[in-house]
Amino acid sequence: MTADGLSEKKPALVMRSRVVKAVRDFFVERGFIEIETPSRIPVPALELNIDAVPSGDYFLRTSPELHMKRLLAEGYERIFQIGPCFRHGEKGRLHNPEFTMLEWYRLNADYNAILVDAKMLISFLAEKIVGNSSIVYQGKKIELMPLWECIPVEDAFVLNAGWSPVKHYDADRFDVDLIEKVEPNLPSDRPVVLMDYPAEAAALARRKPGKPEVAERWELYIGGMELVNAFSELTDPVEQRRRFEECADERRKAGRSAYTLDEEFLASLEKGMPAAGGAALGIDRLVMLFADAAEIKQVRAFCS
Amino acid sequence: MYSVGDLRKGLRIEIEGVPYLVTEFSFLKPGKGQAVYTCRLKNLLTGSAMTKSYRSNESFGEPNVEEKKMRYSYKEGEDFVFVDESYEQITIRAEVLGDQKYFLSEDMPVEGLFFNGQAIEITLPFFVEKKIIQTDPGLRGNTATNVMKPAKIEGDYEIPVPLFVSQGDVIRIDTRTSEYVDRVR
Repeated sequence: MTADGLSEKKPALVMRSRVVKAVRDFFVERGFIEIETPSRIPVPALELNIDAVPSGDYFLRTSPELHMKRLLAEGYERIFQIGPCFRHGEKGRLHNPEFTMLEWYRLNADYNAILVDAKMLISFLAEKIVGNSSIVYQGKKIELMPLWECIPVEDAFVLNAGWSPVKHYDADRFDVDLIEKVEPNLPSDRPVVLMDYPAEAAALARRKPGKPEVAERWELYIGGMELVNAFSELTDPVEQRRRFEECADERRKAGRSAYTLDEEFLASLEKGMPAAGGAALGIDRLVMLFADAAEIKQVRAFCS
Repeated sequence: MYSVGDLRKGLRIEIEGVPYLVTEFSFLKPGKGQAVYTCRLKNLLTGSAMTKSYRSNESFGEPNVEEKKMRYSYKEGEDFVFVDESYEQITIRAEVLGDQKYFLSEDMPVEGLFFNGQAIEITLPFFVEKKIIQTDPGLRGNTATNVMKPAKIEGDYEIPVPLFVSQGDVIRIDTRTSEYVDRVR
């Protein structure tokens, strides 16, 4: 942990405090319950490309997702959480191994309802924090009002990378082209939403009714930064178990530790979980936008 | 062996027998996707640069490179002889030094970089002082620094200097760019 530049960071940390308070106010005013779930957990969520940091016999959570969904399964209608998450080896301009995540969920809703929440949240923050509908980030003006551009992932790839990941999915090419060809060409003067990911890149999202080759997942980009990931949550216990098992297999093949399945989470789905939508937002990146900071380390008091 | 997780600015790696220096590094990871590590690499043998992207399962060799503090001793034919800290003489070919050979002076401390025992780079002090041995008469009073004229330093090396610099003056040179910095006296 370095204390370099702590005094210079003060304006950014003041902004951080204001942003976090405004986020909390937004959800509490809309009837969401703030929840805290454990940071040390016996089994991390199985994700192909996310590695958990061990903590004794436990792990530090990579996201609070599975615990939050267990609350949904018990009938909690609107819940949110702001807290630390940990991902092994993720360090860069937009990544720190410990970071702060906001997650919010709605029962009896899908990813469209969550998109409305996201638009309202960003507008609310613009008004509360800057008193204006636009911000200037790294020299570029960004109009934050809810007229956002929603682009199907397939269209964004056909246009910028020349192929359709929905017709023929190639995981390796998908990630690299997303970084090198698609993201740099997204409009940067307003928020952009990439919608409907190939079913193979669905993670914990359900397939789109009537179009099963894509999953109901969207990602919000502001100022070229990926800020929010949202799903219509997968609630089918059979498909969820199959996806976990496939993921564990792929992790094994890739030489990564294959965590055991979270049986308590699966059991809560088996009891019958109503439809739900949810999202995860990187608080540090949100603060970067409002503090006009180029790097994540500028908005966290201490970085590893 | 290095893994992609070891990559950082300033690291030296080996790819297919060639040593490279990582001059820029970025970690990018799309949501739920795999990490992509993008590097700007400088080929330490040729000096050329390239950009490469790597995935998390790739690995790199650790080049057998060694840094040595040395002092310049004397010129022998086309070669240059240095002495290291254990008083061993090390002969460096002129092409390894490039233009930097004109900025050497006796007993100057330098850093040598060796790959598999072969010298690949000699780093001089960033600034050296050299006397002008020949240039057109200076225009006294003209202190503009944007108009340049050629001047020769010891060793007949030609370097652009401002008009007010005269023969016999001592100037400071940036050895990284081979450019005039200022007049010392």
